[in-house]
Amino acid sequence: MINAVGRDIPDEILKQTGKQPFMGNHHFDGYEYKKDGPVTKCVINNTDSKMVDNIREVLVKCGIKDGMTLGFHHHFREGDYIVNMVMEQVHNLGIKDITICASSLGKAHDPLLEYIEDGTIVGIQSSGVRGKIGQAISDGKLKGLAIMRSHGGRVRAIESGEVRIDIAFIGAPTSDDYGNLRGIGGKSNCGVLSYSMVDADYADKVVAITDCLVSFPNFPAHISMTKVDYVVVVDEIGNPDKIATGAAKPTSDMRKLMMADYCTEFVVNAPYFKDGFSYQTGVGGASIASTVSLAKVMKERNVRMRFGVGGLTKPMCDLLENGQVDALLDTQDFDLSAVESVIKTKHFRISAGEYADPFNKGAVVNKLDYVILAALEVDVNFNCNVVVGSDGVVTGAQGGHPDTAAGAKCTIVISPLIQGRIPAICTNVTTVTTPGESIDVVITDYGIAINPKRQDLIECMKEVDLPFKTIEELRDIAYSIVGEPERVQFDDKVVGIIEGRDGTIMDVVRKIKKFEFSEA
Amino acid sequence: MNPNKKRLRRTMMFLNAQKPGLVKDPYIYNPDSIMLDLEDAVAENQKDVARFSLFHALKEIDYRGCERVVRINGLDTAYWKEDIRCAVAGGCDAIRIPKTESPEEVRAVEAEIAIAEKDFNIPVGRTLIMAAIESARGVMKALDVCESSERLFGIALSGGDYTKDLQTRITGTGVELMGARQNMIIAARAAKVQCFDTVFTDLDNMEGFRKEVETIHLMGFDGKSIVNPRQIPVVHDIFTPTQKDIIFAEKVVKEIEEKREKGIGVFTVDGKMIDIAFYDGAKRTIELAKASGVYKGEL
Repeated sequence: MINAVGRDIPDEILKQTGKQPFMGNHHFDGYEYKKDGPVTKCVINNTDSKMVDNIREVLVKCGIKDGMTLGFHHHFREGDYIVNMVMEQVHNLGIKDITICASSLGKAHDPLLEYIEDGTIVGIQSSGVRGKIGQAISDGKLKGLAIMRSHGGRVRAIESGEVRIDIAFIGAPTSDDYGNLRGIGGKSNCGVLSYSMVDADYADKVVAITDCLVSFPNFPAHISMTKVDYVVVVDEIGNPDKIATGAAKPTSDMRKLMMADYCTEFVVNAPYFKDGFSYQTGVGGASIASTVSLAKVMKERNVRMRFGVGGLTKPMCDLLENGQVDALLDTQDFDLSAVESVIKTKHFRISAGEYADPFNKGAVVNKLDYVILAALEVDVNFNCNVVVGSDGVVTGAQGGHPDTAAGAKCTIVISPLIQGRIPAICTNVTTVTTPGESIDVVITDYGIAINPKRQDLIECMKEVDLPFKTIEELRDIAYSIVGEPERVQFDDKVVGIIEGRDGTIMDVVRKIKKFEFSEA
Repeated sequence: MNPNKKRLRRTMMFLNAQKPGLVKDPYIYNPDSIMLDLEDAVAENQKDVARFSLFHALKEIDYRGCERVVRINGLDTAYWKEDIRCAVAGGCDAIRIPKTESPEEVRAVEAEIAIAEKDFNIPVGRTLIMAAIESARGVMKALDVCESSERLFGIALSGGDYTKDLQTRITGTGVELMGARQNMIIAARAAKVQCFDTVFTDLDNMEGFRKEVETIHLMGFDGKSIVNPRQIPVVHDIFTPTQKDIIFAEKVVKEIEEKREKGIGVFTVDGKMIDIAFYDGAKRTIELAKASGVYKGEL
């Protein structure tokens, strides 16, 4: 069946998953449902301890068995040790058919390849994957379907009961012996625990793993003891160098700076740039540079930001430090400056649900004026791909891309026109991950295209001195330089689905086929 | 005369001809000219590789109206003749001669260009020349250099080498370059060719850069060598006539033409006394405004 972004979703996949094809961003607006609830084992006896010696033991206590779904968060990013540590013990216990439901997975999790190949892991649900796991999925090695869902989409899937997490493992920089967890302190300081809050609320068993046990009460707790079954202390939960690095040096790449300047010029000329506006940006060089140059204009024009959201980095925290923003709403910290900023009074931790879940009673993304995003590919219908590389291999993550893009009043995607030899603006993206209806503007080093559905923005940019072009013109320039690439060749077998934030199917990911040159 | 000789050259961006990432699309930053370097930016053992890359860049890439100048190696090296052949075969717009000190050097380059143009079926006279002045002797010979060839469109100061020769250094104040700048701009104007200022390498000092550009603009220079695209908008901003300048120049041109027919020599425009001596300057402002894409009038 052809969905709302023109992608053919095979009937057998719809049948197998029980899902519907994507029908537009607002299709489920007003939908009513009853939330799922976890199994809770009460602790009444005041002599019971939640402390367990090691991961193997805690797995046994949680009743680990074949076919279970395990939850993980990715606040430790590429420095995460938790997933591998847990899965090694699951494997050693001879458990099979496990589904991993993580907020994201990266190259740090390459060791899981072995467990995919031997059937320990049969399902992967994540915002995205990279490295060997991505390659394994694209090679068709995963027994079940990989499901790529956005940060908001993950919360929706868990809250609605579509996914039941049997055991959630929450790596916590600090914990007390009763399971009060904080994202700050200790040696693996990651700032916040936003992505795992839904796990704590909805998983049947919740296991805290820490390398810094502090005395009770570890308050104010980011995740409360009332939701935690067990606490395990290990030597290291992550590599601090890869969890929160020093603030990225501002880019000196002129191409990125130029796109950042274009972006700022666009932002300040759009109607939402006024006292009290709201803003979110990613962590790419151009996005960070945009925040820096926007801060300058805000100062010059005496415009204050009401709130900034993220995925936070130093330039956003600088806004708070310099009194240019009233509040920061934090779901993740990308550098040490952001981690250190968490303790400030106007720096608020929010859960992934508050941030982006489309199936609650209203998330923060709905209140965003601007979001600045990146993309691997954008097509002439403004559909974006942030998950599947132009070589057809899964190598990226949706993150909050589809959530913020759908929520913000002005969604800007920045991408160089050509990435290596690959045109980033193309006729048809390899895989649709964010629908074109969510994207308002695409900024490249060769020019800027406004989505024709935003005639209001086109109108207010008429006198603005920016290199405006149509999206087709941008594509044509790209093709005139590097040529139109031949389509990636896929096998018929579907190995994964790109889930819309509302749980529908945006697109499917097929098994990669070895490229064969055409006769001509 | 080659019609490109007098084209707009506010910015000439230096690029290592060997670096694909640099040469593939510098036009997105809108410099008036790019200078693909075979000389100092390229290591001694990479000269052939750089020529190969240069030739293909010139042949394959559509630089979208941006002038393509190639800096060859010095005439005291074994490379310069092959550099010229490669650049001309690729179809470059001009050759930049480094360390120029005499009109003979320009003529030697001119002769090689002519041979190459013939060999590669390029219309004879298509390839222009510019000469970089990098020594005290070069500065003293500036007028001779400016008048050495019909192909020569301008001279450029190369401050680094020049200050070494002068036994001083770049200070950021401009005091060490004062004499050379004055001498060169006067020579260039006397010979009716263009004159370009040296690079500004302190990339973080944008304020100092702006001040320097303002100075050389007032001195009469036609443009400046650029080492980073970030510098381009600053130069264009300073070298592009303001709307106020354009409107005034327009009035001056129109009034002078009108009054000339009536036999009036001196009159006032917006309270300023104007005579025929203002005509060329006003025309130049209009031409510059047109070339910079900011002129919307009818002249």
